Amino acid sequence: MGEVRLRVLYFAAAREAAGVESEEVSLEEEGTDDRGTPYATTEALEELLLGRYPKLKDIFRTVVLAVNMDYVDKGARVKLAPGDEVALIPPIGGG
Amino acid sequence: MEGAWRGGGLDKEEVERYARQLVLPSFGVANQRKLKESSVLVVGAGGLGSPVCLYLAAAGVGRIGVVDHDHVEKSNLHRQVLHAEDQVGTHKAVSASISMHRLNSTTTVETHVDGFRPKAALKLVEGYDVVVDASDNPATRYCVNDACVIANRPLVSGAAIGTDGQLSVYNHGEGGPCYRCVWPDPPASGSCQRCSDHGVLGVLPGIIGTLQALETIKVITGIGECTSGKLLMFDGLCTGFRTLKLRGRQASCAACGPEATITRDTIAAYDYEAKCGGPMHDRGEGACLKVLGKDRRVSCSRLSERMEEAVGRGGDRDFVLMDVRPRPEFDFAHLPGSVSLPMEDLEEAASGGEGAGLGAYVDNGKDVLVVCRRGNDSQVAVRRLEEAGVANAFDVEGGLQSWSQTVDPTFPLY
Repeated sequence: MGEVRLRVLYFAAAREAAGVESEEVSLEEEGTDDRGTPYATTEALEELLLGRYPKLKDIFRTVVLAVNMDYVDKGARVKLAPGDEVALIPPIGGG
Repeated sequence: MEGAWRGGGLDKEEVERYARQLVLPSFGVANQRKLKESSVLVVGAGGLGSPVCLYLAAAGVGRIGVVDHDHVEKSNLHRQVLHAEDQVGTHKAVSASISMHRLNSTTTVETHVDGFRPKAALKLVEGYDVVVDASDNPATRYCVNDACVIANRPLVSGAAIGTDGQLSVYNHGEGGPCYRCVWPDPPASGSCQRCSDHGVLGVLPGIIGTLQALETIKVITGIGECTSGKLLMFDGLCTGFRTLKLRGRQASCAACGPEATITRDTIAAYDYEAKCGGPMHDRGEGACLKVLGKDRRVSCSRLSERMEEAVGRGGDRDFVLMDVRPRPEFDFAHLPGSVSLPMEDLEEAASGGEGAGLGAYVDNGKDVLVVCRRGNDSQVAVRRLEEAGVANAFDVEGGLQSWSQTVDPTFPLY
Protein backbone atom coordinates (compact mmCIF):
# COMPACT_ATOMS: atom_id res chain seq x y z
CA MET A 1 0.00 0.00 0.00
CA GLY A 2 1.18 3.50 -0.76
CA GLU A 3 0.91 6.63 1.29
CA VAL A 4 -1.14 9.79 1.11
CA ARG A 5 0.79 13.00 1.71
CA LEU A 6 -1.20 15.94 3.07
CA ARG A 7 -0.62 19.39 4.39
CA VAL A 8 -2.02 20.17 7.85
CA LEU A 9 -2.63 23.76 8.94
CA TYR A 10 -3.02 24.65 12.61
CA PHE A 11 -4.90 27.74 13.73
CA ALA A 12 -5.03 29.60 17.07
CA ALA A 13 -5.01 27.17 20.04
CA ALA A 14 -4.33 24.23 17.71
CA ARG A 15 -1.14 25.92 16.58
CA GLU A 16 -0.04 26.30 20.17
CA ALA A 17 -0.88 22.72 21.05
CA ALA A 18 1.01 21.35 18.06
CA GLY A 19 3.81 23.88 18.26
CA VAL A 20 3.84 24.30 14.48
CA GLU A 21 1.89 26.41 12.00
CA SER A 22 1.70 23.80 9.29
CA GLU A 23 3.39 20.59 8.25
CA GLU A 24 3.40 17.74 5.76
CA VAL A 25 1.89 14.54 7.04
CA SER A 26 1.89 11.05 5.54
CA LEU A 27 -0.99 8.67 6.06
CA GLU A 28 -1.24 5.08 5.01
CA GLU A 29 -3.35 4.60 1.93
CA GLU A 30 -6.77 3.18 2.83
CA GLY A 31 -7.92 2.48 -0.70
CA THR A 32 -8.25 4.07 -4.12
CA ASP A 33 -11.10 5.97 -5.69
CA ASP A 34 -12.67 5.27 -9.14
CA ARG A 35 -9.76 6.88 -10.91
CA GLY A 36 -7.17 4.94 -8.99
CA THR A 37 -6.12 7.85 -6.76
CA PRO A 38 -5.16 6.67 -3.29
CA TYR A 39 -6.98 8.13 -0.31
CA ALA A 40 -6.82 8.22 3.46
CA THR A 41 -9.49 9.56 5.86
CA THR A 42 -9.96 12.33 8.38
CA GLU A 43 -10.39 9.63 11.01
CA ALA A 44 -6.89 8.28 10.39
CA LEU A 45 -5.52 11.80 10.39
CA GLU A 46 -7.11 12.58 13.75
CA GLU A 47 -5.61 9.41 15.21
CA LEU A 48 -2.17 10.26 13.88
CA LEU A 49 -2.28 13.84 15.14
CA LEU A 50 -3.53 12.85 18.60
CA GLY A 51 -0.68 10.37 18.85
CA ARG A 52 1.83 12.98 17.83
CA TYR A 53 0.40 15.88 19.87
CA PRO A 54 -1.51 14.67 22.95
CA LYS A 55 -2.34 18.30 23.78
CA LEU A 56 -4.70 18.38 20.80
CA LYS A 57 -7.13 16.14 22.71
CA ASP A 58 -9.13 19.01 24.27
CA ILE A 59 -9.02 20.90 21.02
CA PHE A 60 -10.51 18.06 19.00
CA ARG A 61 -13.68 18.39 21.09
CA THR A 62 -14.58 21.72 19.57
CA VAL A 63 -12.36 22.01 16.51
CA VAL A 64 -13.70 22.52 13.02
CA LEU A 65 -11.90 20.49 10.37
CA ALA A 66 -11.71 21.94 6.91
CA VAL A 67 -10.50 20.14 3.82
CA ASN A 68 -9.25 22.62 1.24
CA MET A 69 -11.07 25.33 3.23
CA ASP A 70 -14.37 23.48 3.05
CA TYR A 71 -16.15 22.72 6.34
CA VAL A 72 -16.26 19.07 7.36
CA ASP A 73 -19.37 18.02 9.27
CA LYS A 74 -18.77 17.02 12.85
CA GLY A 75 -17.85 13.35 13.08
CA ALA A 76 -17.92 12.82 9.30
CA ARG A 77 -15.33 10.46 7.86
CA VAL A 78 -14.07 12.33 4.83
CA LYS A 79 -11.69 10.96 2.20
CA LEU A 80 -8.40 12.77 1.82
CA ALA A 81 -6.48 12.74 -1.45
CA PRO A 82 -2.77 13.40 -1.87
CA GLY A 83 -2.04 17.13 -1.72
CA ASP A 84 -5.19 17.98 0.24
CA GLU A 85 -4.89 20.73 2.79
CA VAL A 86 -6.54 20.00 6.12
CA ALA A 87 -7.04 22.86 8.57
CA LEU A 88 -7.69 22.55 12.30
CA ILE A 89 -9.75 25.54 13.37
CA PRO A 90 -10.71 25.84 17.03
CA PRO A 91 -13.25 28.46 18.08
CA ILE A 92 -11.78 31.60 19.59
CA GLY A 93 -13.68 32.75 22.66
CA GLY A 94 -11.85 35.93 23.61
CA GLY A 95 -12.32 39.53 22.72
CA MET B 1 -34.24 81.21 -1.99
CA GLU B 2 -32.99 80.44 1.48
CA GLY B 3 -33.97 76.97 2.62
CA ALA B 4 -35.32 75.99 -0.74
CA TRP B 5 -32.97 73.04 -1.37
CA ARG B 6 -34.21 69.49 -1.72
CA GLY B 7 -32.41 66.34 -0.66
CA GLY B 8 -32.76 62.75 0.31
CA GLY B 9 -34.14 63.26 3.78
CA LEU B 10 -30.99 64.37 5.61
CA ASP B 11 -30.53 67.88 7.01
CA LYS B 12 -27.57 70.21 6.38
CA GLU B 13 -25.69 69.01 9.45
CA GLU B 14 -26.06 65.39 8.41
CA VAL B 15 -25.08 65.96 4.80
CA GLU B 16 -21.97 67.82 5.90
CA ARG B 17 -21.02 65.23 8.50
CA TYR B 18 -21.50 62.15 6.34
CA ALA B 19 -20.53 63.73 3.01
CA ARG B 20 -17.53 61.46 2.41
CA GLN B 21 -19.65 58.33 2.44
CA LEU B 22 -22.70 59.98 0.85
CA VAL B 23 -20.68 60.68 -2.29
CA LEU B 24 -19.77 56.98 -2.56
CA PRO B 25 -21.78 55.51 -5.47
CA SER B 26 -22.03 52.18 -3.62
CA PHE B 27 -23.42 53.89 -0.51
CA GLY B 28 -25.38 57.11 -0.99
CA VAL B 29 -28.09 58.97 0.89
CA ALA B 30 -30.61 56.12 1.03
CA ASN B 31 -28.15 53.93 2.92
CA GLN B 32 -27.20 56.75 5.26
CA ARG B 33 -30.88 57.06 6.12
CA LYS B 34 -31.02 53.33 6.80
CA LEU B 35 -28.15 53.69 9.27
CA LYS B 36 -29.92 56.58 10.96
CA GLU B 37 -33.11 54.57 11.34
CA SER B 38 -31.33 51.45 12.57
CA SER B 39 -30.42 50.18 16.00
CA VAL B 40 -27.52 47.95 17.02
CA LEU B 41 -26.84 46.07 20.24
CA VAL B 42 -23.14 45.68 21.03
CA VAL B 43 -22.46 42.92 23.56
CA GLY B 44 -19.17 43.79 25.22
CA ALA B 45 -17.44 47.16 25.40
CA GLY B 46 -13.93 45.72 25.38
CA GLY B 47 -11.31 45.13 22.72
CA LEU B 48 -13.75 44.17 19.98
CA GLY B 49 -16.54 46.45 21.15
CA SER B 50 -14.26 49.49 21.07
CA PRO B 51 -13.93 49.89 17.31
CA VAL B 52 -17.45 48.57 16.81
CA CYS B 53 -18.92 51.33 19.01
CA LEU B 54 -16.65 54.05 17.70
CA TYR B 55 -17.15 53.32 14.01
CA LEU B 56 -20.88 52.69 14.25
CA ALA B 57 -21.43 55.92 16.18
CA ALA B 58 -19.20 57.79 13.75
CA ALA B 59 -20.99 56.27 10.75
CA GLY B 60 -24.35 57.56 11.98
CA VAL B 61 -26.18 54.54 13.36
CA GLY B 62 -29.26 56.01 15.04
CA ARG B 63 -29.37 54.03 18.25
CA ILE B 64 -26.66 51.90 19.86
CA GLY B 65 -27.10 49.74 22.96
CA VAL B 66 -23.96 48.73 24.86
CA VAL B 67 -23.92 45.77 27.23
CA ASP B 68 -21.12 45.28 29.74
CA HIS B 69 -21.08 44.54 33.44
CA ASP B 70 -17.42 45.31 33.95
CA HIS B 71 -15.37 48.34 34.96
CA VAL B 72 -12.44 49.78 33.04
CA GLU B 73 -9.08 48.51 34.28
CA LYS B 74 -5.60 49.76 33.51
CA SER B 75 -4.77 46.50 31.71
CA ASN B 76 -7.67 47.15 29.30
CA LEU B 77 -6.25 50.35 27.88
CA HIS B 78 -3.76 48.78 25.45
CA ARG B 79 -6.61 47.47 23.33
CA GLN B 80 -9.91 48.90 24.52
CA VAL B 81 -9.52 52.25 22.85
CA LEU B 82 -13.05 53.34 23.79
CA HIS B 83 -11.73 53.99 27.26
CA ALA B 84 -9.11 56.50 28.31
CA GLU B 85 -6.86 56.80 31.38
CA ASP B 86 -9.30 59.04 33.22
CA GLN B 87 -12.05 56.44 32.69
CA VAL B 88 -10.31 53.69 34.68
CA GLY B 89 -12.74 52.52 37.34
CA THR B 90 -15.78 53.72 35.38
CA HIS B 91 -18.42 51.28 34.25
CA LYS B 92 -17.42 50.16 30.75
CA ALA B 93 -20.87 50.68 29.26
CA VAL B 94 -20.99 54.19 30.74
CA SER B 95 -17.46 54.97 29.60
CA ALA B 96 -18.39 53.70 26.12
CA SER B 97 -21.41 55.95 26.03
CA ILE B 98 -19.30 58.98 27.02
CA SER B 99 -16.79 58.23 24.25
CA MET B 100 -19.48 57.71 21.63
CA HIS B 101 -21.30 60.87 22.63
CA ARG B 102 -18.06 62.81 22.29
CA LEU B 103 -17.69 61.42 18.79
CA ASN B 104 -21.29 61.81 17.62
CA SER B 105 -23.80 63.51 19.86
CA THR B 106 -26.66 62.70 17.48
CA THR B 107 -26.45 58.97 18.09
CA THR B 108 -28.64 57.72 20.92
CA VAL B 109 -26.69 55.45 23.25
CA GLU B 110 -28.33 53.11 25.72
CA THR B 111 -26.27 51.46 28.44
CA HIS B 112 -26.96 48.04 29.93
CA VAL B 113 -24.69 47.71 32.92
CA ASP B 114 -25.89 44.33 34.19
CA GLY B 115 -24.19 42.40 31.44
CA PHE B 116 -25.68 39.84 29.11
CA ARG B 117 -27.62 37.24 31.11
CA PRO B 118 -29.92 34.45 29.94
CA LYS B 119 -32.90 35.86 31.85
CA ALA B 120 -32.82 39.20 30.09
CA ALA B 121 -31.22 38.03 26.84
CA LEU B 122 -34.29 37.85 24.67
CA LYS B 123 -35.72 41.17 25.75
CA LEU B 124 -32.39 42.90 25.16
CA VAL B 125 -31.90 41.44 21.70
CA GLU B 126 -35.47 42.16 20.64
CA GLY B 127 -34.93 45.83 21.32
CA TYR B 128 -32.47 46.15 18.40
CA ASP B 129 -32.25 45.35 14.68
CA VAL B 130 -28.75 43.87 14.60
CA VAL B 131 -26.63 42.28 17.33
CA VAL B 132 -22.84 42.43 17.51
CA ASP B 133 -21.12 39.80 19.61
CA ALA B 134 -18.03 41.47 21.02
CA SER B 135 -17.95 39.36 24.18
CA ASP B 136 -14.98 37.56 25.65
CA ASN B 137 -16.19 34.12 26.68
CA PRO B 138 -17.87 31.09 25.11
CA ALA B 139 -20.90 30.96 27.42
CA THR B 140 -21.94 34.48 26.44
CA ARG B 141 -21.33 33.67 22.77
CA TYR B 142 -23.75 30.73 22.90
CA CYS B 143 -26.32 32.74 24.82
CA VAL B 144 -26.16 35.70 22.42
CA ASN B 145 -26.47 33.31 19.50
CA ASP B 146 -29.48 31.51 20.89
CA ALA B 147 -31.27 34.78 21.68
CA CYS B 148 -30.58 36.02 18.15
CA VAL B 149 -31.98 32.82 16.65
CA ILE B 150 -35.15 33.02 18.74
CA ALA B 151 -35.61 36.74 18.09
CA ASN B 152 -34.60 36.35 14.43
CA ARG B 153 -31.82 38.92 14.55
CA PRO B 154 -28.62 38.83 12.48
CA LEU B 155 -25.51 38.28 14.60
CA VAL B 156 -22.21 39.88 13.66
CA SER B 157 -19.70 37.80 15.56
CA GLY B 158 -16.02 38.47 16.13
CA ALA B 159 -13.35 36.97 18.35
CA ALA B 160 -9.68 37.57 18.99
CA ILE B 161 -6.96 36.13 21.17
CA GLY B 162 -3.19 36.15 21.05
CA THR B 163 -2.45 37.08 17.47
CA ASP B 164 -5.48 35.37 15.91
CA GLY B 165 -8.97 36.52 15.00
CA GLN B 166 -12.23 35.15 13.59
CA LEU B 167 -15.26 36.79 12.05
CA SER B 168 -18.62 35.64 10.73
CA VAL B 169 -22.19 36.87 10.34
CA TYR B 170 -24.52 34.25 11.75
CA ASN B 171 -28.24 33.69 11.44
CA HIS B 172 -28.47 35.90 8.39
CA GLY B 173 -29.63 35.51 4.82
CA GLU B 174 -30.97 32.49 3.04
CA GLY B 175 -30.25 29.48 5.26
CA GLY B 176 -27.23 31.11 6.88
CA PRO B 177 -25.97 28.98 9.80
CA CYS B 178 -26.01 30.11 13.40
CA TYR B 179 -23.01 29.98 15.75
CA ARG B 180 -24.21 26.68 17.18
CA CYS B 181 -24.53 25.10 13.71
CA VAL B 182 -20.83 25.73 13.17
CA TRP B 183 -19.67 24.99 16.73
CA PRO B 184 -22.21 22.45 18.04
CA ASP B 185 -20.07 21.29 20.95
CA PRO B 186 -19.16 24.01 23.44
CA PRO B 187 -15.69 23.80 24.99
CA ALA B 188 -15.23 22.08 28.32
CA SER B 189 -15.32 24.50 31.22
CA GLY B 190 -11.99 26.19 31.69
CA SER B 191 -10.44 24.90 28.47
CA CYS B 192 -11.15 28.08 26.57
CA GLN B 193 -8.50 30.75 26.44
CA ARG B 194 -9.28 34.16 27.86
CA CYS B 195 -7.49 37.39 27.08
CA SER B 196 -7.02 38.01 30.79
CA ASP B 197 -5.00 34.81 31.17
CA HIS B 198 -3.75 34.10 27.71
CA GLY B 199 -2.90 37.55 26.44
CA VAL B 200 -3.80 39.40 23.27
CA LEU B 201 -1.86 41.76 21.08
CA GLY B 202 -3.79 45.02 21.45
CA VAL B 203 -4.38 45.72 17.80
CA LEU B 204 -5.85 42.27 17.09
CA PRO B 205 -9.34 42.88 18.49
CA GLY B 206 -9.04 46.31 16.87
CA ILE B 207 -8.77 44.70 13.45
CA ILE B 208 -11.56 42.19 14.02
CA GLY B 209 -13.84 44.76 15.69
CA THR B 210 -13.34 47.12 12.77
CA LEU B 211 -14.40 44.33 10.42
CA GLN B 212 -17.45 43.74 12.61
CA ALA B 213 -18.40 47.39 12.20
CA LEU B 214 -18.09 47.00 8.42
CA GLU B 215 -20.23 43.85 8.39
CA THR B 216 -22.84 45.56 10.57
CA ILE B 217 -23.11 48.44 8.11
CA LYS B 218 -23.50 45.92 5.28
CA VAL B 219 -26.18 43.98 7.15
CA ILE B 220 -28.13 47.19 7.83
CA THR B 221 -27.86 48.65 4.34
CA GLY B 222 -27.68 45.51 2.23
CA ILE B 223 -24.66 46.75 0.27
CA GLY B 224 -22.01 44.26 -0.84
CA GLU B 225 -21.85 40.72 0.40
CA CYS B 226 -21.76 39.76 4.07
CA THR B 227 -19.46 37.20 5.63
CA SER B 228 -22.48 34.96 6.10
CA GLY B 229 -21.99 31.23 5.54
CA LYS B 230 -18.27 31.89 5.78
CA LEU B 231 -15.74 32.11 8.56
CA LEU B 232 -12.99 34.65 8.07
CA MET B 233 -9.77 33.90 9.93
CA PHE B 234 -7.01 36.41 10.49
CA ASP B 235 -3.46 35.48 11.39
CA GLY B 236 -1.71 38.54 12.76
CA LEU B 237 1.77 37.03 12.66
CA CYS B 238 1.83 36.56 8.90
CA THR B 239 -0.86 39.21 8.28
CA GLY B 240 -3.00 36.81 6.33
CA PHE B 241 -6.72 36.24 5.89
CA ARG B 242 -8.30 32.91 5.02
CA THR B 243 -11.95 32.21 4.41
CA LEU B 244 -13.59 28.94 5.29
CA LYS B 245 -16.77 28.00 3.49
CA LEU B 246 -19.38 26.90 6.06
CA ARG B 247 -22.39 24.62 5.73
CA GLY B 248 -25.89 26.10 5.88
CA ARG B 249 -28.26 25.69 8.82
CA GLN B 250 -28.01 22.30 10.44
CA ALA B 251 -31.18 20.28 10.97
CA SER B 252 -29.65 18.90 14.17
CA CYS B 253 -28.94 22.35 15.65
CA ALA B 254 -30.23 22.79 19.20
CA ALA B 255 -30.92 26.48 18.57
CA CYS B 256 -32.13 26.85 14.97
CA GLY B 257 -33.02 23.29 13.94
CA PRO B 258 -36.63 22.08 13.55
CA GLU B 259 -36.39 20.30 16.87
CA ALA B 260 -34.56 23.01 18.73
CA THR B 261 -34.42 22.54 22.48
CA ILE B 262 -33.38 26.09 23.25
CA THR B 263 -36.50 28.14 22.73
CA ARG B 264 -38.33 31.26 23.84
CA ASP B 265 -39.58 29.28 26.82
CA THR B 266 -36.31 27.63 27.86
CA ILE B 267 -33.56 30.16 27.22
CA ALA B 268 -34.02 32.12 30.45
CA ALA B 269 -33.36 29.04 32.57
CA TYR B 270 -30.68 27.48 30.35
CA ASP B 271 -27.47 27.00 32.33
CA TYR B 272 -24.94 28.48 29.92
CA GLU B 273 -22.13 28.56 32.44
CA ALA B 274 -22.41 24.82 33.11
CA LYS B 275 -23.06 23.75 29.53
CA CYS B 276 -21.09 26.20 27.43
CA GLY B 277 -17.58 26.48 28.74
CA GLY B 278 -17.64 28.30 32.08
CA PRO B 279 -18.41 31.70 33.56
CA MET B 280 -20.18 34.39 31.52
CA HIS B 281 -18.43 37.04 33.50
CA ASP B 282 -14.77 37.09 34.26
CA ARG B 283 -15.01 37.63 37.99
CA GLY B 284 -11.35 36.90 37.68
CA GLU B 285 -9.93 38.68 40.67
CA GLY B 286 -8.37 36.38 43.18
CA ALA B 287 -8.38 32.65 43.66
CA CYS B 288 -11.64 30.84 43.19
CA LEU B 289 -10.26 27.32 43.20
CA LYS B 290 -10.13 25.34 46.42
CA VAL B 291 -8.01 22.28 45.85
CA LEU B 292 -6.01 22.25 49.06
CA GLY B 293 -6.72 22.16 52.76
CA LYS B 294 -5.54 24.92 55.13
CA ASP B 295 -2.46 22.93 56.18
CA ARG B 296 -1.05 23.13 52.65
CA ARG B 297 -1.38 26.89 52.33
CA VAL B 298 0.55 29.89 53.56
CA SER B 299 -0.41 33.55 53.36
CA CYS B 300 1.56 36.20 51.51
CA SER B 301 2.49 37.89 54.78
CA ARG B 302 3.90 34.60 56.09
CA LEU B 303 5.94 34.26 52.90
CA SER B 304 7.18 37.80 53.43
CA GLU B 305 8.24 36.94 57.00
CA ARG B 306 10.12 33.88 55.86
CA MET B 307 11.89 35.89 53.18
CA GLU B 308 12.91 38.49 55.76
CA GLU B 309 14.09 35.85 58.24
CA ALA B 310 16.34 34.49 55.51
CA VAL B 311 17.75 37.94 54.86
CA GLY B 312 18.51 38.08 58.61
CA ARG B 313 20.47 34.85 58.23
CA GLY B 314 22.57 36.36 55.49
CA GLY B 315 20.32 35.26 52.67
CA ASP B 316 20.17 31.59 53.58
CA ARG B 317 16.64 30.53 52.68
CA ASP B 318 15.19 27.43 54.30
CA PHE B 319 12.65 27.12 51.50
CA VAL B 320 12.41 27.14 47.75
CA LEU B 321 10.12 29.74 46.18
CA MET B 322 8.71 28.27 42.96
CA ASP B 323 6.90 30.49 40.44
CA VAL B 324 4.66 28.44 38.13
CA ARG B 325 3.44 31.24 35.86
CA PRO B 326 4.21 31.21 32.13
CA ARG B 327 7.69 32.47 31.33
CA PRO B 328 6.68 35.86 29.84
CA GLU B 329 4.97 36.79 33.11
CA PHE B 330 7.99 35.73 35.17
CA ASP B 331 10.12 37.84 32.84
CA PHE B 332 8.27 41.09 33.51
CA ALA B 333 7.97 40.74 37.27
CA HIS B 334 8.84 38.14 39.90
CA LEU B 335 9.86 37.89 43.53
CA PRO B 336 13.58 37.92 44.35
CA GLY B 337 15.11 34.47 44.55
CA SER B 338 12.12 32.72 43.01
CA VAL B 339 12.73 30.00 40.47
CA SER B 340 10.65 29.80 37.34
CA LEU B 341 8.97 26.49 36.57
CA PRO B 342 5.90 27.07 34.37
CA MET B 343 2.98 24.68 34.88
CA GLU B 344 3.68 22.87 31.62
CA ASP B 345 7.31 22.27 32.48
CA LEU B 346 6.36 21.25 36.00
CA GLU B 347 3.99 18.69 34.58
CA GLU B 348 6.77 17.32 32.42
CA ALA B 349 9.33 17.32 35.23
CA ALA B 350 6.90 15.70 37.67
CA SER B 351 5.97 12.92 35.28
CA GLY B 352 9.58 11.77 35.14
CA GLY B 353 8.85 9.15 37.83
CA GLU B 354 9.38 9.80 41.56
CA GLY B 355 9.85 13.43 40.67
CA ALA B 356 13.19 12.67 39.05
CA GLY B 357 12.97 15.74 36.85
CA LEU B 358 12.20 17.98 39.81
CA GLY B 359 15.64 17.58 41.38
CA ALA B 360 16.91 20.80 39.91
CA TYR B 361 14.08 22.74 41.58
CA VAL B 362 13.56 20.95 44.87
CA ASP B 363 16.34 21.43 47.38
CA ASN B 364 16.73 18.33 49.63
CA GLY B 365 13.90 18.52 52.07
CA LYS B 366 13.39 22.28 52.11
CA ASP B 367 9.80 23.50 51.99
CA VAL B 368 8.64 24.37 48.51
CA LEU B 369 6.41 27.45 48.42
CA VAL B 370 4.52 27.70 45.14
CA VAL B 371 3.31 30.99 43.78
CA CYS B 372 1.35 31.94 40.66
CA ARG B 373 -0.64 34.94 39.49
CA ARG B 374 -3.91 34.50 41.37
CA GLY B 375 -3.48 31.40 43.50
CA ASN B 376 -5.28 28.85 41.35
CA ASP B 377 -2.50 27.18 39.38
CA SER B 378 -0.29 27.13 42.45
CA GLN B 379 -2.77 24.87 44.24
CA VAL B 380 -2.86 22.50 41.31
CA ALA B 381 0.94 22.60 41.25
CA VAL B 382 1.19 21.71 44.96
CA ARG B 383 -1.08 18.76 44.39
CA ARG B 384 1.06 17.67 41.45
CA LEU B 385 4.26 18.02 43.51
CA GLU B 386 2.74 15.90 46.27
CA GLU B 387 1.88 13.20 43.75
CA ALA B 388 5.45 13.30 42.52
CA GLY B 389 6.72 12.70 46.04
CA VAL B 390 7.44 16.22 47.25
CA ALA B 391 5.79 16.06 50.66
CA ASN B 392 6.39 19.61 51.90
CA ALA B 393 4.98 21.78 49.14
CA PHE B 394 2.75 24.72 50.07
CA ASP B 395 0.53 27.08 48.13
CA VAL B 396 1.01 30.82 48.55
CA GLU B 397 -2.59 31.91 48.98
CA GLY B 398 -3.95 34.39 46.47
CA GLY B 399 -0.75 34.49 44.46
CA LEU B 400 1.15 37.57 43.38
CA GLN B 401 -2.09 39.49 43.10
CA SER B 402 -2.52 39.10 46.85
CA TRP B 403 1.21 39.84 47.36
CA SER B 404 0.69 43.18 45.65
CA GLN B 405 -2.45 43.92 47.66
CA THR B 406 -1.18 42.86 51.08
CA VAL B 407 2.62 43.02 51.11
CA ASP B 408 4.18 45.07 48.34
CA PRO B 409 1.96 47.57 46.51
CA THR B 410 4.80 48.32 44.08
CA PHE B 411 4.46 44.83 42.58
CA PRO B 412 2.48 45.16 39.32
CA LEU B 413 -1.16 44.06 39.37
CA TYR B 414 -2.16 42.72 36.00
